[in-house]
Amino acid sequence: MTKLPMRRLAERAAEEDLLDVAYTTTDSPFGRLLLAATPKGLVRVGLPNQDADELLVDLATRVSPRVLEAPAQLDDARRELDLYFDGKLDRFDLPLDWRLSDGFQLRVQKAIRRIPYGQTRNYTEMATKAGNDRAVRAAGTACGRNPIPVVVPCHRVLRSGGGLGGYGGGLPMKRGLLELEGVLDK
Amino acid sequence: MPPFQLLIDEHGNEVMAVLRGAVGRDGADDCFQDTFLSALRAYPKLRDAGNLRGWLLTIAHRKAIDHHRARGRAPLPVAEVTETAVEDPDPDDGVWALVGTLPPKQRAAVTLRYASDLPHAEIAAALGCSPEAARRSLHEGLKRLRKELR
Repeated sequence: MTKLPMRRLAERAAEEDLLDVAYTTTDSPFGRLLLAATPKGLVRVGLPNQDADELLVDLATRVSPRVLEAPAQLDDARRELDLYFDGKLDRFDLPLDWRLSDGFQLRVQKAIRRIPYGQTRNYTEMATKAGNDRAVRAAGTACGRNPIPVVVPCHRVLRSGGGLGGYGGGLPMKRGLLELEGVLDK
Repeated sequence: MPPFQLLIDEHGNEVMAVLRGAVGRDGADDCFQDTFLSALRAYPKLRDAGNLRGWLLTIAHRKAIDHHRARGRAPLPVAEVTETAVEDPDPDDGVWALVGTLPPKQRAAVTLRYASDLPHAEIAAALGCSPEAARRSLHEGLKRLRKELR
C-alpha cells in the first residue's frame, strides 16, 4: 500500500482555508470517540455506540462537504480528553463551535457546559437556567441532542428524582463518567 | 456530497499510481497534494457526484502537465537508476520510468488507460481531445514502449 502524503495535504488545506471540518478518532475507556472541529472549534464528539460514517455524512451535509481526516488539527482536544479520562483534568479549555444547535437547545447546552466537574443538575434546573422552567421535557431533548458530549457534560444532568435519565452513549457510559468524577461509587 | 475524505479513501491510491506514472516518484507527492487541494476547493460547487473518479483523474492529469511545464519539459532523471537496492522496490518501476519518457499526451493516455483503467471516452475527456485522438495517442505510446522494451 502506498503511503499518501495526507498530513501535508491537511496542513495545506488548513493554510488555504479549505479545511472546513477536520476529524480524527481517539480511544477512551468507553471505546472509540470521533472528534470533529471547524476552524472555530470543536463541533462534534461522536460516542462509541454512534456510527462514525453517519456522523461524517451529517457533518458534510450540515457544515460543509470539505471534511478531511486531520489528526493534528485535533491534538489539543485529544490531549484534554486523555487527561480527563485519566482523572487529571476537571475542566475543558477548548474552543467550541456551537453551530449544530440553536434556540432553546443551545441555551440549555451552554448552561450544561457550566455545570462543574463532579456535580449534577436535574432537567428542571436546566430548563430554568435556559429561561423556561416549564420546558422540562424540551430540556431533556436538548441534553439528548448535545453535539459535543463529554466536553459539554450532559452526563451531569439527571432526573429530578435522582434517576440517571438517558444518555446518547448508553447508560453504562453515563454511569462510568459519573463514577470517574466521583459522583457515583464504583 | 459525501465527506471529501471518502474520495481520498476510495481513489487516493489510484490517483497516486497515475501520478507516479506521469511524473515519477519525486514529483508525485506534490502533484497528489495539488490535485486534492484543487478538488477540495471546487468540491462544494460540484453539481454532479456521478463520476468523482474520472473528475479526480482529470485534475491529476492537469497537475501532471503543470508539473512538466514548470520543469520546462525536462526529461525525467530516469538515467540515474542504479543497480543497488532501493527502498520500497516496485516491480513496475522500469516500465513506468519508460512511460515517463513518452511525450506528454502519449504518457497521459498510457497512464490513464493502464494505471487507471479508463475507457477511451474518459481518456479523451481527461485530455480534452476526441476519442479517436486519444486512441491514437495510446497506440503511439504503446508502440514506442514496445520498441524500447525490446
